[in-house]
Amino acid sequence: MREFAYQRARDVAGAVALLGADPHAAFLGGGTNLVDLMKTGVERPARLVDIRELPLDTVESTPEGGLRIGATVTNGDLAAHPEVRRRYPALAQAVLAGASGQLRNMATVGGNLLQRTRCGYFTDVTQPCNKRLPGSGCPALTGEHRNHAVLGASEHCVAVHPSDMAVALTAFDAVVHYETADGRGELPLADLYLPVGDTPHRETALPAGALITGVTLPPAPVAAHSRYRKVRERASYAFALGSVAAALDVRDGVVHDVRLALGAVASRPWRARAAERRLAGAPAGADTFAAAADAELAAARPLPHNGYKVTLMRNLLVAVLTELAEEAAR
Amino acid sequence: MAAPTFSAITLHVNGEKHTLTVDHRTTLLDALRERLDLTGTKKGCDQGQCGACTVLVDGRRTVSCLQLAVAAEDREITTVEGIADGERLHPVQQAFLDLDGFQCGYCTPGQICSAVAVLREHAAGWPSAATADVRPEAGPPPLTDEEIRERMSGNLCRCGAYVSIVQAVARAAASGQQAEEAAA
Repeated sequence: MREFAYQRARDVAGAVALLGADPHAAFLGGGTNLVDLMKTGVERPARLVDIRELPLDTVESTPEGGLRIGATVTNGDLAAHPEVRRRYPALAQAVLAGASGQLRNMATVGGNLLQRTRCGYFTDVTQPCNKRLPGSGCPALTGEHRNHAVLGASEHCVAVHPSDMAVALTAFDAVVHYETADGRGELPLADLYLPVGDTPHRETALPAGALITGVTLPPAPVAAHSRYRKVRERASYAFALGSVAAALDVRDGVVHDVRLALGAVASRPWRARAAERRLAGAPAGADTFAAAADAELAAARPLPHNGYKVTLMRNLLVAVLTELAEEAAR
Repeated sequence: MAAPTFSAITLHVNGEKHTLTVDHRTTLLDALRERLDLTGTKKGCDQGQCGACTVLVDGRRTVSCLQLAVAAEDREITTVEGIADGERLHPVQQAFLDLDGFQCGYCTPGQICSAVAVLREHAAGWPSAATADVRPEAGPPPLTDEEIRERMSGNLCRCGAYVSIVQAVARAAASGQQAEEAAA
């Protein structure tokens, strides 16, 4: 591991200033991803600015009826928070579906959004990788890509975003707040992650030196009827092969409101807008749900070894929507 | 002048203060084992995946291999050496002994620290991925075997002593509940 300087930031302005003073500095949150990547040489910061003591560790109700989640709230505290569990249960479920109890106590909301892909070529510095070393190539295209993207990928990178939390946040239209030396800004989480294209090393639309300070969830009554379901190769403590965050409001047998986002299928949490459009105002039932899934997955471009994901996601979408519709009918 | 890459820090471990100078690259795990001679905490994968290095930081279970020592300054650290009350074993430790919750024992300190925190998290009403209804209205989930398995899934045991580990955690939970009822 490269040697590095270490400083603890006491306030947000100080953190941003410390980072701005060193082009090779990085923010340290829980460290569950960054420290691991530093050990393997994927990340080589010359300075860490520790932000864990910033006063960004609360979850608060907004006047509009949503929630404002601080960037240094741990995953563990977020999933345990009564208002998260009451108003956005799929978000609590998504967080609890990720990592282990130990890691959830360390990991933070801001860090979770900015964590890096677990693609085995990205994390192995002896391999080419367009994300880690632009222009070096993508061995996953012809190599190990069972866990890789089927939506929105390019011939330059097929890695998936590993977060569960971000999938639920995307379904619920979360807005990301950040601060730079020039002031505060915000952008919808759906716009945080850049399209892959030929620049897979450019992952987010955050301005240089920005610190994520929090995430706001707008009020969404439909979110009270939501679910996160994750498919993985073992019962617990594994990254998703595919996941769905879904919220459904059915009135008189007709879909009144719906939110859908898919995980582990793209370089970012995938908001399933095509499926949502197909569902809006349609009769709630298996035929509609299957048609909606097909509408979303029509854009899928699987590789030789991950075609199963298209079938998996179709079945997952139909199953979760069916469950939510049955619960609504009770 | 280049910024220093090492710092003099004070670690609070098991109620004692230790002042030491660490290279910033030092993990809490290595500081505990190599510098403070607290070798109960074990190094397994060193990648945050096996849980053998689990300790409590400010009462919360964490993996010490991904925790930088310098970032743990001023936080209360409890290792397996600090779990017992003097000579009196913690109920989790006693249950692991009574029910053979181990084979080779290498993962056991991490299992025990994790289990102590699992019982606290459960007592605080935290749901898990095994909880059918996470809404607070549903009330705290009963600590079933399925809940214990899910909550302990961050601790791997290569011997596969899981069956006894689940029993030990369940017994420790029950003995904790009895102690509470007796006190009430």
